[in-house]
Amino acid sequence: MSVIQLTPHPKETLVTLRTIAESNPASIETYIKLGGYAQLKRLVTEKVKATDVISQVKVSGLRGRGGAGFPTGLKWSFMPRYYDGTKYLVCNTDEGEPGTFKDRDIIRYNPHQLIEGMAIAAYTLGARVGYNYIHGEIWQDYEIFEAALDEARKAGYLGENLFGTDFSFDLFAVHGYGAYICGEETALIESIEGKKGQPRFKPPFPASYGVFGKPTNVNNTESYASIPWILQHGGQAFQDLGVPNSGGPKIFSVSGHVEKPGNYEVRMGLPFSELLDMAGGVWKGRQLKAVIPGGPSTAVMPAAAIMAANMDYDSLSKAGSSLGAGSMIVMDETTCMVKALKRLSYFFFEESCGQCTPCREGTGWLYRVVKRIVEGQGKMEDLALLTDVSSNISGRTICALGDAAATPVLSFIKHFRPEFEYYIQHGKSMVDGK
Amino acid sequence: MLSQESLAQIERELTKYPTDKRQAAVMSALRIAQAEKGWLSKETIAYVAEYLGIPAIAALEVASFYNMYELEPVGKYKITVCTNISCMLRDSDVIVDHLNKCLGIGFNETTADGKFTLKEGECMGCCGGAPLFHINNTKMHEYLTPEKVDAILKELE
Repeated sequence: MSVIQLTPHPKETLVTLRTIAESNPASIETYIKLGGYAQLKRLVTEKVKATDVISQVKVSGLRGRGGAGFPTGLKWSFMPRYYDGTKYLVCNTDEGEPGTFKDRDIIRYNPHQLIEGMAIAAYTLGARVGYNYIHGEIWQDYEIFEAALDEARKAGYLGENLFGTDFSFDLFAVHGYGAYICGEETALIESIEGKKGQPRFKPPFPASYGVFGKPTNVNNTESYASIPWILQHGGQAFQDLGVPNSGGPKIFSVSGHVEKPGNYEVRMGLPFSELLDMAGGVWKGRQLKAVIPGGPSTAVMPAAAIMAANMDYDSLSKAGSSLGAGSMIVMDETTCMVKALKRLSYFFFEESCGQCTPCREGTGWLYRVVKRIVEGQGKMEDLALLTDVSSNISGRTICALGDAAATPVLSFIKHFRPEFEYYIQHGKSMVDGK
Repeated sequence: MLSQESLAQIERELTKYPTDKRQAAVMSALRIAQAEKGWLSKETIAYVAEYLGIPAIAALEVASFYNMYELEPVGKYKITVCTNISCMLRDSDVIVDHLNKCLGIGFNETTADGKFTLKEGECMGCCGGAPLFHINNTKMHEYLTPEKVDAILKELE
């Protein structure tokens, strides 16, 4: 299986994608050559204490890379230390938030770093079995990961009594098959169990009731893949690659209207303007209009606001949005925000799992109202109606999909209200005249 | 109802789970069944359910919840185009129009010769390669242009 050879940008700080410049990036030989699996071996054979590993992860400032930004070390400390039965480890590679495609590059270019990260987590948390749940649409990349698992088993990094000790860990690849909601950790767990991906009530959290009702730790792909580097160089070194409250580098997925869409792994705190330059700037020499910084469940930011912001949790939150999964969707001056919102609203309507009434009914309502505006049938009261429906979804559902559906509606209208008013008054777009 | 090869693949998936958790393999078992049959009839779903020892309704719930399972017959080649925001910004509508013209069908339609079905997909997590589509749930084609689409269609027999 071959993948396109990537050339890293000179300003990248490669941690989770550190094999990409190599000629055979996904192979176990390449990973071992770069120091791979040495940390797993050291921890297991020297019987390093779990509390020491967790304290390094806490010092690193690593925060969950799937979008929520919850401190990874703290999450690990929620797993029960003594439990009479099987504990599970789950990796969330179910990327379906539009604009997010970073974990795909980890599993196809650097799968062994993820495997080592998960094995280290399993050792630390006492998990016997792990699952990596991969987005069903990226089938070829799923196969690359399956092949990497085989390599790791044959080389003795997965399986029973690793390095001749009593530590055993089995890791398996499993897949989704077209459901955005399975990126939500409890829906993902339901899906692993062979059910519809409908989120569970929390509490109980997965740390006490997860896969098959057993204690389960769920992290994002990029989070696990950061772990071997943190243990090799120390938590403080990772923290120092970022800024306070946002440790380490992070992969930013840049898509939309830029010259060079792709993944860029850079230090946290980098000004957005520099990241935009790395991606070749706005395409076709056009002006920047807006950016969705962390996937559509984060608020859209007008050009001036994003150009003044840095790529870290605090800076983006101060600017009225959030870092999310680092999925930067760039829109140029020719983008009609009303039509863009229509597509996003359709997405949330299509992907609502149907479990909670406010989300199931509300997402359909939002979509139909935006659609009628785009079809020239909008009324001025529709803007208030959209705000009202959004506010009545937010905070009234089991999982965050309801809030995610409301966010683009509220933020698009807030920042680009004249475009919506023009569309309603004239029955056509202010931007493209159609 | 399923070939020995498909059953062997399902058995391999079952080894990933505790022996008393056969339902967990339903996602992959349905995928494997669909790859063999082209789509999932009620009979195929019931067969998979029986093989795993779970109620037929449990398998049907899964087959109808996840959108890459097909509950109606599709063409030999199912082309699923992403039209979500990142693809839309990179002119996925041009790709859709081109496919409509070349194949003479719209979304959720199949050509008269049963060769192609066109579907609209949600985000596939490959937005850096937009615009894009995948064929038969397995092969991703990225950085599409109308010319590239022509070349891909020509390759498909």
